Amino acid sequence: MYSRAYKSGVTIPPLLWVVVFLLVPYSILFCYSFWSVNSFQVIVHSWSFANYVELLHQPMYFDTFLRSVRIAASVTLFSLLLGYPVAYYLSFHSAKRRELLYQLVIIPLWASYLVRGYAWKTILGTDGVLNGILGFLHITSGLTSLQNTLNNFFAVHPAMHSWHASFVPLSFLLYSPFAVILMLTHIYTPFTFLPIYASLEHIPRDLLEASHDLGASPWLTFRRVILPLSLPGVVAGATFAFVLTLGDFLAPLLVGGPSGIMISNIVASEFGAAYNWPLGAAISLCMLLVIVALLFFTEKLERRLAAS
Amino acid sequence: MPPGSFVLARSAFPASGSRRRSTHLAESSPAPESPSPPSTLLTIRNVEKGFGARKVLRGISLDIASGEFITILGESGSGKTTLLRIIAGFERADRGEIWMEGKRLDVTPPYRRPVNTVFQSYAIFPHLSVFNNVAYGLRAAGAPKHEIPERVIRALEMVKMYEFAQAAPSRLSGGQQQRVALARALVNRPRLLLLDEPLSALDANLRRQMQVELKSLQREVGITFIFVTHDQEEAMALSDRIALLRAGHLEQVATPRDIYYRPETAYAAQFIGQTNLLRAEMRDGIATSGAVSWHTFGPPGKVVFSLRPDHIRLVVPARVPSQADVSLARFKGRVANQSFGGSSDLVEIDLGNSQILRARLANPGVLSGDREFEFSSADAVRVREGGDD
Amino acid sequence: MTQPFRESRPRILLVYTALVFAFLYLPILTLVVYSFSGSGSGGFPPSTWTLSWYAQLFGDSDLWNSVLNSFLVAIAAVLIAITLGLPAALALDRAEFPGKALFRRLVLLPLILPGIITGLSLLMFFVSAGMHTSLLTVTLGHGTALISVATTEIFAGLQKFDRRQEEASLDLGANHWMTFWRITLPNLRVSLIAAALLIFTLSFDEIAVSFFLIGSDNTLPIEIWSRLRRGITPEINAISTLILVFSFILIFVWYRLRTRAESPEEPSASMLQSTLEGAS
Repeated sequence: MYSRAYKSGVTIPPLLWVVVFLLVPYSILFCYSFWSVNSFQVIVHSWSFANYVELLHQPMYFDTFLRSVRIAASVTLFSLLLGYPVAYYLSFHSAKRRELLYQLVIIPLWASYLVRGYAWKTILGTDGVLNGILGFLHITSGLTSLQNTLNNFFAVHPAMHSWHASFVPLSFLLYSPFAVILMLTHIYTPFTFLPIYASLEHIPRDLLEASHDLGASPWLTFRRVILPLSLPGVVAGATFAFVLTLGDFLAPLLVGGPSGIMISNIVASEFGAAYNWPLGAAISLCMLLVIVALLFFTEKLERRLAAS
Repeated sequence: MPPGSFVLARSAFPASGSRRRSTHLAESSPAPESPSPPSTLLTIRNVEKGFGARKVLRGISLDIASGEFITILGESGSGKTTLLRIIAGFERADRGEIWMEGKRLDVTPPYRRPVNTVFQSYAIFPHLSVFNNVAYGLRAAGAPKHEIPERVIRALEMVKMYEFAQAAPSRLSGGQQQRVALARALVNRPRLLLLDEPLSALDANLRRQMQVELKSLQREVGITFIFVTHDQEEAMALSDRIALLRAGHLEQVATPRDIYYRPETAYAAQFIGQTNLLRAEMRDGIATSGAVSWHTFGPPGKVVFSLRPDHIRLVVPARVPSQADVSLARFKGRVANQSFGGSSDLVEIDLGNSQILRARLANPGVLSGDREFEFSSADAVRVREGGDD
Repeated sequence: MTQPFRESRPRILLVYTALVFAFLYLPILTLVVYSFSGSGSGGFPPSTWTLSWYAQLFGDSDLWNSVLNSFLVAIAAVLIAITLGLPAALALDRAEFPGKALFRRLVLLPLILPGIITGLSLLMFFVSAGMHTSLLTVTLGHGTALISVATTEIFAGLQKFDRRQEEASLDLGANHWMTFWRITLPNLRVSLIAAALLIFTLSFDEIAVSFFLIGSDNTLPIEIWSRLRRGITPEINAISTLILVFSFILIFVWYRLRTRAESPEEPSASMLQSTLEGAS
């Protein structure tokens, strides 16, 4: 029914744009990663693997990358833990208020990222909301050991630890990996909620009735029927949260402090003050490849889950 | 063999009307042989169509006369909608040609064909009023502006939707939308109107009503209608001719009466109305199928016959059987089942050896036990069996 | 609407859900509260209440310049994204061609890719092309990143659209171009408006890509960012609250349009949801 002219007409313009503004830039990124910067801060087009060698040899890059992966994994885990039950509640328990509640989950999603990050800064600061509440309730000493555990998990330099016995406002709240995780969990919980809610809604209710009819308890029904059928949504949400957290550089700058630096911050500084574009390009390319590989893998996973 | 049987071997029913249509057309010219030949509007020649590995139409050839109401009848998957879409222009045939009045039709885009379609889902434009829906084709063709309101109103009057001219389509019921779709198509005075199962979404009563209206509408405007359906009753009620499509082949093309009383194949016999298929052995002018035998004409061998349930009658015991009436066939059987059907009952007769015949009897009262039945030999029609697949 | 499935212990779940909602809204409420606080961001609870931050806002010309810049960039981004997203959606819906899967992935990629990668690769591209960073480069960056949003939204609208209507239009004598203007486009009206609103909001709030492509003229998020780097100014709370309100209104309108176009049986799907379903 559609002539060749029609088909070319709709395919070529966006394809052209995408080639020019996506493929070509990625290719240039690729090229840059093999170039270098000379002592005069000029980018030299000499081709070598020097940047990649640097990445492999200097432990800082890999350590930061690892920390970023840990942070991303934590954010993914927490936002799933927050998002899934809410999606479950909305899908199975709320009848009258469902539309309203759904909108309430979505609304924070569209409040500006920066705005929310700034708000967390306010809350977590030594003079901020959270410390105010905790001081009021006099519960900080037990949390100090929690702070130490977190510091160790995220390979924070010992000089960053804070040792205080009496009540001092918790300083680890702000300018730490903890703060980054907290902020990003806040950002991405609605993002995990959405696909999980969608997949839960798609589960035919008579499957659950059948399960009950056959004698399965609610918990068993959840484990055997609901959870497996909602996995495609879980994978989709988790992928989104993980990939975007991995590449985030604003949250660390806002609330991360020196101990919360992530791999994208290194990239950003190479394109900023440190002025080593080729090195930054090399790191970016590695990130891009890791992400594309991850997307490929999860797409296959989702497909297999959806088919079974 | 008594000489009378030669006479009786021919059908007891006369050819319907004066219009005998040619059926499968090969390479011969489109004009049918008949006393007053109506002109041929559309010629379909050897049309083939496949989707991927699946062949949907396998060499369809058909002539459609101007002013006729022809139904393409078939099960789902038989290819009838595909054929319609090819005529409309939404699909291209892999092979074959379609001619309309001397010009190639299948190479013109759909918007240049003098063909209009009534879709199964009506496809009314929801964002336009009823009036603008109907006027759409006129505007697209560039009809003079002062003519448009008049023509639209006349079309709406024809389908009895005049009061709804300014209505929004979302407020209309299915039946009403369908009338609008009809008006929208007819207002353009197409040479050919295609209807793709337009009544399938309506409930039974509305459907019957629309059938009557469609038929009279067609007579009134005189436009050639090609109607697609899977409902054989509908096809028989409406059509001048029926083209029975089966798995991409034309099984039989004939008038409803011809196809009902003289089906050419076992499939046609079974698809249209109900029938008893008698697989018989012919020898010395007598066909025998299980416990039933009758006199008929033809070479010896295995033959399949179709016998309509309405041709079987109860033998009235009081009537004294005169000589063996060669034109009648009699058999005995046990009444196995009887379902009440209003004006007639459908009776299942068990003849033993798992041979079961069905008879449609008018007001027989409650039957039981062994009874005797009869039918006219001429009503057992010879059919071909087995398709090409 | 699916029937709720009664289980034995929803109360814990209810409490948990309420806590999650509290978590989600805590920062937002904090922000709004502190925009009226006398001492800015210090001290909890705020000791004094004032509107002075809002007043200060109105005299801040740099800030309003950046608002204007953001506005212009957003409008331009909407135009670019929709002009290219519409044919892309049509192509994905109707055309079969080799490499279609790759095309789809490529168009949808910027949606899930971290902004830094999109931003940096475009930066290197522009530099290689001899262009300096400016509002133009920001606009091109936003447009590129947001085509995927337009495509997804319009594609969803096309899926709901009965293609028979286009066939009917062709059948009645209108050619493809006429059919597109008179039938397809009007039916996509809701999707197009929804996409436009969404893209506008996303562009207005966009920071990651803008970060690398910004020149001497700032967009609003960048302006706020640079002030944040210099230290916390309570004005920020006020402007953030205003942005919040503005975004809410836009998204509310978008949501209303979306749900009105949908049938009651379907769960309300958001852009992201359909993306995440469609990206697999």
